[in-house]
Amino acid sequence: MLHIKNLTKRYSEKTVVDDVSFSIPKGKVISLIGPNGAGKSTVMGMISRLIAKDAGVVEFEGRDLSAWNSKELSKRLAILTQSNNIQMKLTVKELVTFGRFPYSGNHINEEDERIIQRAISYMELEEFQDRFIDELSGGQRQRAYIAMVIAQDTEYILLDEPTNNLDIYHATNMMKIVRRLCDELGKTVILVLHEINYAAFYSDYICAFVNGKIARFGTVEEVITKENLSEIYGVNFEIQTIAGKPLSIYY
Amino acid sequence: MLKSKHITLGLFFMLAILSVVSLFVGVIDLNLRTLLQGDIEHLEIFLISRLPRLLAILCTGVGMSVAGLIMQQLCMNKFVSPSTGATISSAQFGILLALLFMPSSSLWGRALFAFAAAILGTWAFVYFIQKIQFKDVVMVPLVGIMFGNIIGGVTSYLAYKFEMTQALSSWLVGHFSLVIKGRYEIVYLVLPLVVLAFIFAGHFNIVGMGRDFSQNLGVNYNIVLFFGISIAAMITASVVVVVGSISYIGLIVPNVVAMFKGDNIKGTLLDTALFGGIFVLVCDMIGRVLIAPYELPIELIVGIVGSIIFVALLFYRLKNGRRSIRLKPSGSGCNTAPVMQGGQCE
Repeated sequence: MLHIKNLTKRYSEKTVVDDVSFSIPKGKVISLIGPNGAGKSTVMGMISRLIAKDAGVVEFEGRDLSAWNSKELSKRLAILTQSNNIQMKLTVKELVTFGRFPYSGNHINEEDERIIQRAISYMELEEFQDRFIDELSGGQRQRAYIAMVIAQDTEYILLDEPTNNLDIYHATNMMKIVRRLCDELGKTVILVLHEINYAAFYSDYICAFVNGKIARFGTVEEVITKENLSEIYGVNFEIQTIAGKPLSIYY
Repeated sequence: MLKSKHITLGLFFMLAILSVVSLFVGVIDLNLRTLLQGDIEHLEIFLISRLPRLLAILCTGVGMSVAGLIMQQLCMNKFVSPSTGATISSAQFGILLALLFMPSSSLWGRALFAFAAAILGTWAFVYFIQKIQFKDVVMVPLVGIMFGNIIGGVTSYLAYKFEMTQALSSWLVGHFSLVIKGRYEIVYLVLPLVVLAFIFAGHFNIVGMGRDFSQNLGVNYNIVLFFGISIAAMITASVVVVVGSISYIGLIVPNVVAMFKGDNIKGTLLDTALFGGIFVLVCDMIGRVLIAPYELPIELIVGIVGSIIFVALLFYRLKNGRRSIRLKPSGSGCNTAPVMQGGQCE
C-alpha cells in the first residue's frame, strides 16, 4: 500500500505542496488533476522519489520510501516522466531491455528475454523493435516506454502527463493502455493528467489539487461534479453522463 | 545482427594487419627475416622503439575514443569529448604544476598531478553544464572549449613566467617520437580503465537517458556520472602524460561508429575502441611516411584528417537529418523513410 502523510515541499519561501495526506488504493487507476502550479506533478515526484520531500512520509508497503533500497524499489514501483533524452539512438528492444536492469543488470537471461518479448508484443511493437526510438512517432515512442515499464514488472506505475504532445488518436490509445495495465495486468496506475475527461473516463479515483492542497479526493462520481470542478478550476462547468461516465464541458 | 558482428570482425582484422605493418615502417629497415635470424641490433630497435610505439598508439586510439564515448553519453551531447570538455587542457595544467612544484618528479609523479587536474577540471565542466542546462546542443561544447582555453591560458602564462614553455611543449602537441621502452608504460593504465568502461556500459547508457530515467531503474545518477567522468578523465590523463594532447579522436570516432551502430554502448564500445586504434595507427603511419626520414607529429595529422571527417559528418547530418546509416537490409518495418528531424545536427 502507498500512504502519503503530511507531505510538504517548499521552493525557497513558496510552499508548493502543503501538508498533503491520502492513501492510494491498490489495483486501481488514480488520476491527479488540477490547474497549473497546483502541485500535482510535485506530489507525483515525491511519491516516486524523484523529488526530495521537505516534510512528511511516503509509506510504501509499511516502510518510508527513503528507507527503501533503490534497486528493490525499482522492482516494485516505476515512474515515467517526459524528461527522457529522446536524442539517444537506441532501438525499441534495447530500451525495453533496460526495464530488466533492476533484476539482471547487464546480463540478460532467457527469462528476461521472454519478459521483454512479451512486453513488446503487448504494446504491439514487434515490427518496430529494431527501429531507433528517435525515428519513431510520438505515440510509438510513448508505447515503447510503456513496454519498458511493463518489462520492469512493478506493481505500481506512475505516469507524469502521458498524453502530453500526443494527438487525440494517440492520447486516447494511451489512456486505453493505462486501463489495460490496470484491468489485465493488475497494476496500480497513478497519473498526472491535464485532460479532465480522460481522467473521468479512464480512472477509478481522482485526486484534485489546488494551491498545493488536496481539494477533493474520491471516486470519479464523487469528484467530477459541476460544483467541485467550478470551484477547482474557477470556470463554468456542465456535466453530462456519457457511457455511464460524468464527462464535462467547460466554457 | 549478423552483419554488425562482421563489422566488428572486419575492424579487428584491419587493426591486426595495420599493427603488423606499422611495426615495419620506420627509418631503419626492419624485416621479419633479420629479426628471426636474431640480429641483436634490429631486435633491440624492435623491442625498445617499434613495439612500444605500436602499443602506445593502440592505447591512445582505444583510450581516447572510449573516453569520448563515455563523455558523450553521460553529458547527453554528441559534441563533448576530452578536447571539447576541458579534460586535455586540465591534464596539461596538472603536468605544468608537477614541473613547477616538483621539478625532479618522475613520470609517475607528473601522471598523478595530471590525473587529479584532469578529473577536477572535467568535474567542474560537467557540474557547470548540469547547473545551467543549456537548451542549445552547440552551447555545451562551446562552453567546454572556452573553459579549456581559459585553463590553457593560465597554463601558458605560468609556463612563460617560470620559463617552462620549452619543457611543456612536449605535452602540448601530441607525438609518438619520444615513446621508447621505459617511459611510456603509464599509458597501459588505459587498459584497466577501458575494461571498467565495458563493465559499466549499461549504467552509462541509462544515465545518458536522463536523471528521472536512471532513478526509475534504481541507478544512482550522480554516482555513475561522477564515476564515468572520472574514468574518462583518467584515461585522457594517462594518454596526455605520455603522448601529449591529441584532439578530435574522442570526438570523431564515437560519432562515426554511432552513425552505423546506434548508441547502445554495449554494442558500440568494442567497435569504437577498434576504430579508434585504426584511426590513430593510420594517422601515425601517414605522419611517418610523408616526410621520411623525419616525421610529423601525430597531432598535426589527426587534426587534418579529423577536421575533414568532421566536416563530412556535419554535411551528412545536414543532408540526412539524424538518420543513421542502415546496415541491415530493409525489412521488418525499416523500409519506410525515417522521420526527418530538420537539419539539426544532434
